[in-house]
Amino acid sequence: MLNRQQAPDFKQVSTINFIHPTENKLDNDIPVYTVYSGEQDLVRIEFIFNNVNYDVEKPLQAIAVSTMLNNGTKKLSSKEIAEQIDFYGAFFQTEYVQDQSSVTLYTLNKHLASVLPIVKDVLSESQFPQKELDIYIQNQKQKLQVSLKKNDILSRKEFAKALFGNTAYGVDIKAEHYDAIKRDDLVDYFKAAYAPNNCTIMVSGKFDEESLSLLNNQFGKDWEKSNAVKNHFNFSATPQQFIYKEKPDALQSAIRLGKIAINRKHEDFAGLQILNCVLGGYFGSRLMTNIREEKGYTYGIGSGISALQDAGYFFIATEVGADVCTSALSEIYKEIELLKNELVSEEELGLVRNYMLGSMLGSLENVFSHADKFKNIHFSGLGYDYYEKYIHTVKTITSEEIKALANKYLSTDDFTEVVIGKK
Amino acid sequence: MVDFNRFTLANGLKVLVHEDATTPMAVLNILYDVGARDENPEQTGFAHLFEHLMFGGSVNIPNYDEPLQRVGGENNAFTSNDITNYYITLPSENIETAFWLESDRMLSLAFSDKSLETQRNVVSEEFKQRYLNQPYGDVWLKLRPLAYKKHSYRWATIGKELSHIENAKIEDVKAFFKKHYTPQNAILVVGGNVKTEDVKKLAEKWFEPIPAGDKYNRNLVQEDPQTEARTETIKANVPLNAIYIAFKMPGRLDGDYYAFDLLSDILSRGQSSRLYNSLLKEQQLFSDINAYISSSLDPGLFIVEGKLIEGVSMEVAEKAILAELDKLKTELVSPTELTKVKNKVESVLVFSEMSLLDKAMNLAYYELLGNADLLNQETEEFLKVTAEDIKRISNNTFDHKSSSTLYYLTDENA
Repeated sequence: MLNRQQAPDFKQVSTINFIHPTENKLDNDIPVYTVYSGEQDLVRIEFIFNNVNYDVEKPLQAIAVSTMLNNGTKKLSSKEIAEQIDFYGAFFQTEYVQDQSSVTLYTLNKHLASVLPIVKDVLSESQFPQKELDIYIQNQKQKLQVSLKKNDILSRKEFAKALFGNTAYGVDIKAEHYDAIKRDDLVDYFKAAYAPNNCTIMVSGKFDEESLSLLNNQFGKDWEKSNAVKNHFNFSATPQQFIYKEKPDALQSAIRLGKIAINRKHEDFAGLQILNCVLGGYFGSRLMTNIREEKGYTYGIGSGISALQDAGYFFIATEVGADVCTSALSEIYKEIELLKNELVSEEELGLVRNYMLGSMLGSLENVFSHADKFKNIHFSGLGYDYYEKYIHTVKTITSEEIKALANKYLSTDDFTEVVIGKK
Repeated sequence: MVDFNRFTLANGLKVLVHEDATTPMAVLNILYDVGARDENPEQTGFAHLFEHLMFGGSVNIPNYDEPLQRVGGENNAFTSNDITNYYITLPSENIETAFWLESDRMLSLAFSDKSLETQRNVVSEEFKQRYLNQPYGDVWLKLRPLAYKKHSYRWATIGKELSHIENAKIEDVKAFFKKHYTPQNAILVVGGNVKTEDVKKLAEKWFEPIPAGDKYNRNLVQEDPQTEARTETIKANVPLNAIYIAFKMPGRLDGDYYAFDLLSDILSRGQSSRLYNSLLKEQQLFSDINAYISSSLDPGLFIVEGKLIEGVSMEVAEKAILAELDKLKTELVSPTELTKVKNKVESVLVFSEMSLLDKAMNLAYYELLGNADLLNQETEEFLKVTAEDIKRISNNTFDHKSSSTLYYLTDENA
């Protein structure tokens, strides 16, 4: 007779294999890291550039260059670039994040030779035509107006500004910043940042010797170097702040609170991730259990640690019914205090260990994810022993250590608390 | 190519297995053939609320999430107008835990009042977060009842109004479960680092003892052909004027589905598309412009939506959209443009095979359509589409008389 009350036997994840990349250099010394898989006839190539020469007077320089990169070169118009990339079924994406700007090409192997020259043209000869810039400014200002009607976006902006001020991590973009963009500033930034000596290439997928030589023929020569200075920021802890923006019509309030913490390079980082998981890092977390599953105050609540190159920060974020905002806040603080004052039970900690190991295993779904794992450590100046240490910490951390970490990193007397909506 | 093996249990549950030894993980995906279209008009939002209740404990297992997290697994679910889909990913060596959990909630739920009360609140907050407290968030709550007058697609999966969710009773929950959550009404897909013979043993052990239940026979009221253009104007606290035009198109199983998919790509996929270049870049009438299809099983919608540049009149903006659609009715798409959208689709299909979960979900969905093999024939179906097909369906579809247009205006234009 089948006993449905008895859970089947299970095992904790024992080994997690990381595919390490091979390293090559193009003729102009651009490092190329390749995580190989021959499963599908496709490849992803990322060109990653440090953000450079941050100018507080021109906070949109890097962002606008990233978005407008494919808006025309000496040879090709914006439309021609898009048509050619699309004709080969390829995907060309640009992305700006706080520390880096990247250009990613996804293509089937059979079209690699056809699309690489287009990417080279874009990366070395972009022109930023004034007409395209005018359209960009007009449309971005409209999109910004829509964003500013969203309470969760407002809470993010207020939180980042409170922690990181006018740096690339915190700057509060306004419509006038768009109006102030000059074409010359974009051209200058493009020359400074999109240069071979500021570039790392990350390849994942099917990529052989011949592909590498195609890559070298395009990107290993005829590309001007620059002498840009990589951004570097210094932050110190901020005092306790309460930021409240009332929105009289709000049905829900967006809450975001937290503080500057540590990043990946710090020895406590793995432990802090486990503490974060217990508090708000998964569906069964304490915040979800209390504030969603027991109280029904929200559709979702979570916490996280964001690791940037020059800082890390801890945050809790949610959107809750406007009528229960005050209660939700006090429950959030209560859950933090519990972690500082009481030991996590062995049962809960065991669950969190197994969950985190399964989650790490599951995050290595395909060759792209293996490349992403490498990027995490590479750009923090770390090696694969980072993951060994992470896995070891997940398996062996004690309840006492978690409590100590909560007291070290989650004291709320220097929290920044942002509420947009109603209290 | 997504290979699979298939068998059916004695109680009617269909099982598909996709073996992929390149991953240490496994996925268990279960699709129930029930969506918002199967709801009573007085109890809308119920299929989705029910999805939440599926996590509130089952007859033998008081907590669903905890034992799964304990073995390193994660889960989620979604509800559409057509289907409800649940999935688990976990280390493959612990796959039996997924069978244990999923089979127990197919057998019976705990039907706890506390869970119902909490999830009513959670779903009410979801309603507010996604539909009411966002600029333009309620568009689909307005557009569906404009485009559909009889068919149950006239409400969104979240429901017509908050009160329907707030009034849900435990007896309704039980009746819904009995009617829809039966083995014959479900498709189970197991994928990843598994062997078909092992999956078969586990399926027989955990799922086969579940009673077959009664077969649910769907008999939905279908929409009458639309003979007059419909419009509605709403004003709200939004920064930009917007327009949403919905045309009627056939359902997912119609032979022209692939042509419709390519037609929406021609209009709006990426920066080489027609609407983007003509309306956003050249004429500068919109700051956002998109066209897409609803891909529903019953006859669906072809939607064009855009946010107007400040100062552009609604009349000019609308005319410009219709002019682009008219071109498709009168001129054949060039071979280059057609090849371009086909190449893009081919590429998308290859890249979609990078994700185990996507493969498992797709197998379940195509099996619902009639045969999971259709998934592997899609590229061919797209390649068959001709320029004449595009012109023909444009003529059949972009007809003013069967359009439903929502003008979404800022308060200042009130």
